[in-house]
Amino acid sequence: MAAGDTHQAIEAVYRIERARLIAGLARMVRDVNLAEELAQDALVAALSEWPNSGVPAKPGAWLMAAAKRRAIDGFRRGSMLARKHEEIARDLEGEADDSMERVEAAMDDEVGDELLGLIFTACHPLLSPESRAALTLRLIGGLTTQEIARAFLSTEATIAQRIVRAKKVLGQAGLTFEVPPGREREARLGSVLEVVYLIFNEGYSATAGKDLIRPLLCAEAQRLGRILAGLAPNESEIFGLLALMEIQASRLAARTGPGGAFIPLTEQNRARWDQMLIRRGLAALDRAERLGGADGPYALQAALAACHARARRAEDTDWERIASLYDRLSEKMPSPVVELNRAIAHGMAFGPEAGLRLAETIDDSGPLRDYAPLPAAKGDLLFRAGRAAEAKPCFERAAALSRNAPEKAWLLARASSCDC
Amino acid sequence: MRVMVMVKATEESEAGEMPSTQLLEAMGKYNEELVNAGIMMAGEGLHPSSKGKRVAFDGPGRTVVDGPFAETRELVAGFWLWEVKDMAEAVEWVRRCPNPMTGPSEIEIRQVFEAADFGEALTPELAEREDRLRDQIGER
Repeated sequence: MAAGDTHQAIEAVYRIERARLIAGLARMVRDVNLAEELAQDALVAALSEWPNSGVPAKPGAWLMAAAKRRAIDGFRRGSMLARKHEEIARDLEGEADDSMERVEAAMDDEVGDELLGLIFTACHPLLSPESRAALTLRLIGGLTTQEIARAFLSTEATIAQRIVRAKKVLGQAGLTFEVPPGREREARLGSVLEVVYLIFNEGYSATAGKDLIRPLLCAEAQRLGRILAGLAPNESEIFGLLALMEIQASRLAARTGPGGAFIPLTEQNRARWDQMLIRRGLAALDRAERLGGADGPYALQAALAACHARARRAEDTDWERIASLYDRLSEKMPSPVVELNRAIAHGMAFGPEAGLRLAETIDDSGPLRDYAPLPAAKGDLLFRAGRAAEAKPCFERAAALSRNAPEKAWLLARASSCDC
Repeated sequence: MRVMVMVKATEESEAGEMPSTQLLEAMGKYNEELVNAGIMMAGEGLHPSSKGKRVAFDGPGRTVVDGPFAETRELVAGFWLWEVKDMAEAVEWVRRCPNPMTGPSEIEIRQVFEAADFGEALTPELAEREDRLRDQIGER
């Protein structure tokens, strides 16, 4: 293999092993920054030795052993003088005496738990959602700071600082990097899922890309979801979120038209929906429901997405089922946006007057006061109810609130169509 | 990016020889690793080509040919679809696969075309025509 190829191959190995490596090291040295550095040192060692000795049969174990040796050397050189670190050094030395086989065996047992522990730590509620997302993408996704910055339309410096601060906060909290026990786990899992979905939405709501980083975010979030499903196969909401992401991702190619124009769901070319992702999403939803989680917020949202996914044409959509799902969702996860979507669904299922009855109960001076879809929906319902004169100011208000040029143009067009 | 990973046939697989229990176990574990890594999209085994058919195209001509087909080593015996960051990652995962056959064998990796790949080649006119064609297919 040419030297460049070898280098690339080693980098690929490292990318595959990195998250688990950091997870195991973080558990050991109880410091995520140090864990990252040690992992990086192991990569440097691999880049220096593997071109000569070849890639080892168990690269993960090799990297872990190299990182541990480095950790012990570091402690011995007295670069960390606190007593706590002396204890850790003694523990490490004891473990380093183990044969490679025992290291491998131990790794197989613990590695899933350690990775889950790292994910929970990176998504700790002590951190802001943006910090959790950046740290998760850095530690578990392995994205570079630059990739994360582009993804969140921020600067490299901002993201780097955010990550440094996040690690400091976690370091000061003295966390053990264990998976939280019992009831705490449920609540903390919610925080993890929130981060994963935040990452997904950053990628999904981007307009058509010259910037390929945005589909990358969706892919990364889906991958995180699948990894979580493997690590915690009895948690129904993980499968609910995974189902939601897979089904939404199935529409990525259909959501934008030439020139980046946004195409709403009911007008998308369904032949461009990725049927494989839809199948996977429906399977994940089925799993969530069989685990007893049909009423979980993510599972309900996934069930909604599934209704659209199953309709071969927009006219085939089961709006009554969608309306009833929104009824359930509005009990589970009440929010003005859910109420609005519920009103729209009832309008589609039972006629515009039914939708209007619900829409009129939504407070338009509260959190939704600057939310264009609210007046847009009211305008649409009024128009369909034959009240075009009342619909027009709604569309105009929606256009004024819209921050998206193609959407604004479309809303103004709807407003002028009320004059007929 | 997505890759299709194809396990090529051998005389044994074409003869319908079933994999050993050890191989099934090893493959099962490997597939689990692929799933746990979050990269596995799909994977299937294919029956020997004796059960397959080919359709030859020449202008308006269509000729149906029954398997088995001669060029054993070029035939596909099984495939995966993976979502990976790049080809180097795909190669590394393939290296970790247990020997899929009793003797020497080959696994081929091919990148899957995605909408973005067509980006620059498609003029707006072609893109529109593509959309209309897809519309027609969708309506059938």
